[in-house]
Amino acid sequence: MRVLAAMSGGVDSAVAAARAAEAGHDVTGIHLALSRNPQSYRTGARGCCTIEDSNDARRAADVIGIPFYVWDLSDRFHEDVVEDFLAEYAEGRTPNPCLRCNEKIKFAAVLDRALALGFDAVATGHYAQLRTGPDGLIEMHRAVDMGKDQSYVLGVLTQDQLAHSMFPLGDSPKALVREEAGRRGLSVAAKPDSHDICFISDGDTGGWLAEKLSSEAGPSSINHGGVIVDHESGEVLGEHRGSYRFTIGQRKGLRIGTPAADGKPRFVLDIEPVSGTVTVGPRTALTVDRLTGIKPRWCGSVPAEPLHGTVQLRAHGSEHRAVVRVVSTSGDTGVEIELLDPAEGIAPGQAAVVYDGSRVVGSATISATARVNA
Amino acid sequence: MTVYLDHAATTPIYPEAAAAMTEQLSRVGNPSSLHASGRDARRIVEESRETIARALNCRPGEVVFTSGGTEADNLALKGMYWSRRDDDPRRTRILSTTIEHHAVLDPLHWLAEEEGVQVDLVGVDAEARIDIEALRAAVDAAPETIALISVMWANNEVGTVQPIAEVVEIAHAHGIPVHTDAVQALGEVPLDFAAAGVDAMTVTGHKIGGPYGVGALILRREVQLTALLHGGGQERDVRSGTIDTPAIAGFATACELAVKLQPEVAVRVSALRDELVAGVRRVVPDAIYNGDPVSDVAHRLPGNAHLTFPGCEGDSLLMLLDARGIECSTGSACNAGVPQASHVLLAMGHSDDSARASLRFSLGHTSTSADVDALLEAIGPVVERARAAGLTSSGRAAG
Repeated sequence: MRVLAAMSGGVDSAVAAARAAEAGHDVTGIHLALSRNPQSYRTGARGCCTIEDSNDARRAADVIGIPFYVWDLSDRFHEDVVEDFLAEYAEGRTPNPCLRCNEKIKFAAVLDRALALGFDAVATGHYAQLRTGPDGLIEMHRAVDMGKDQSYVLGVLTQDQLAHSMFPLGDSPKALVREEAGRRGLSVAAKPDSHDICFISDGDTGGWLAEKLSSEAGPSSINHGGVIVDHESGEVLGEHRGSYRFTIGQRKGLRIGTPAADGKPRFVLDIEPVSGTVTVGPRTALTVDRLTGIKPRWCGSVPAEPLHGTVQLRAHGSEHRAVVRVVSTSGDTGVEIELLDPAEGIAPGQAAVVYDGSRVVGSATISATARVNA
Repeated sequence: MTVYLDHAATTPIYPEAAAAMTEQLSRVGNPSSLHASGRDARRIVEESRETIARALNCRPGEVVFTSGGTEADNLALKGMYWSRRDDDPRRTRILSTTIEHHAVLDPLHWLAEEEGVQVDLVGVDAEARIDIEALRAAVDAAPETIALISVMWANNEVGTVQPIAEVVEIAHAHGIPVHTDAVQALGEVPLDFAAAGVDAMTVTGHKIGGPYGVGALILRREVQLTALLHGGGQERDVRSGTIDTPAIAGFATACELAVKLQPEVAVRVSALRDELVAGVRRVVPDAIYNGDPVSDVAHRLPGNAHLTFPGCEGDSLLMLLDARGIECSTGSACNAGVPQASHVLLAMGHSDDSARASLRFSLGHTSTSADVDALLEAIGPVVERARAAGLTSSGRAAG
């Protein structure tokens, strides 16, 4: 197969490319330039957009012995990921830009171009496993290394995308991948993992959002201040300088003068972006057991019956036993998720990824949460 | 098998130049030392200087060796600007063109930012020839404010030869010195420093079949320059640094050969180039031939074929050709490996999309008709494929 290996400059994608080449595929390495101004997005060695990362990817390709190019996806990335991230926050939601990037960039813009140029598949260093199921469809399963499993951020991929994807690391523990990188002479073997959002250089998401959304370039609908109210009494507890500074479940940085009557800490329960009202309350009020999801994407066939499986609600989050029903409202399909294990601090905008055992069934974007069983 | 069509980036070294360089690499002796070994090395350097002077028709004392074209351009622009401004503080402007190489544009940008220089870039026509009347008007309006004029001899991307004689005539009518970046021109077209009348000229080794890392600023003896690199003052006191004897020996050998062979190489290579362009346009009828279409050395570099393939990404074309062993260039500047639309094509009036849909094929002294045939065999399917990929991404972007 002719395989296009997306190489971030990190250890995982380097080993993934090396394994694909060793398996006999005709591999070409590409580094995606995602920042319009490479210096500004990330400094240091933990992101995926710096000149240093591009050089690391190039050196890994040299060692593997494959051709290497840089593809400029900065405009698409800005439009589809960065602006979407800002708009979602401005609307009081908490998006996951990595899912969005996989959905719109790596396994869409890049994959489409790769296929058109004569490649058969795109390989990445994600930790997930692909297998052919009994019905002949490609199934995606969690990685062997549960600590590194990245099937959550791949939960947006459709069958067509999975059929042209390759995840050579899914069967390996991370420690072995590092060891293998060293053995293969890849200089990135000891490079630290990237964790944070790649386009926020110092990891300070709140500060970055504040800067972007408070500037004149930000969406016009954005509020620049509002009140913080108690969820039971409705009492105004304080003021803030923009609701985008808060996420549901947040405890720190509320700056409320008066303590709660019971003396327990208060958490953000709800964000109303238009009025700018941020509702706070006790931790117990964060618990939800019903989720509504929109824009579902299915890895294979759409579940016909209510699915008794699990859902994961954030990257590296825990599994919640759940019953998932596909519903149709005014022409759009969505999902209703009944959580048998309630969850805490779930914000609209987060992705719910549905699993049947280790298999990823699909995903949906959470639009509403509720609590039915007290 | 590699089909090398990127001679404008760098061209294979002449075996004679490699031999001359290798011979010096194993000898000891700093040309600035006073003992016998030093004198031997100095003799090689001075003989090389004389060889280059003969080839370019300048005086040996006018050859200032540098580490290459970029250093020579920086030295000419900054050094001449500072010197001329010191003589007359009214001289705060530099005139140049919109299609210069980054080795000229970036120092000019730096001078504007850091030194407050007013840099005026004269535009070009659709064939990338500078607007000589605009230059004349800019000079005549306020000649006393102009420190120097810098116009490239021939453009590196689209190969258009510039009207240097006219530039010199306009400038010298007011005593303004002229610098020209002739890195792409040397060995490709006739180059005569004295006859051209320019005051400073940049040349470099690796574009003419010599080694990397060595070049020269040919600088008229009367021209004053402020030094950029301070130290031992080895080169006429305007350029310090231990003299690189082996590289200079290789450079001189290549320079002599390139100039000697220029007439016959130009004829042979420009015939190959015309064959390439005609062949590509037969296979891809909507391909656009950029630059001056007239094939003689007064108009266009003989090795240059620059083409736009509408609907394709230049990057895709380059990658697909590379996979077939055919090496060319998108001719664009690279910023951290991120390809950007060529400032030259934009200056010629191309849209961003059209600029990004372009490739530069450049032939040189080792090119053969087999190289052209290989390209002509590959280009059809490659363009078809790149076009499909181009449409895929633009279709999605629009949707």
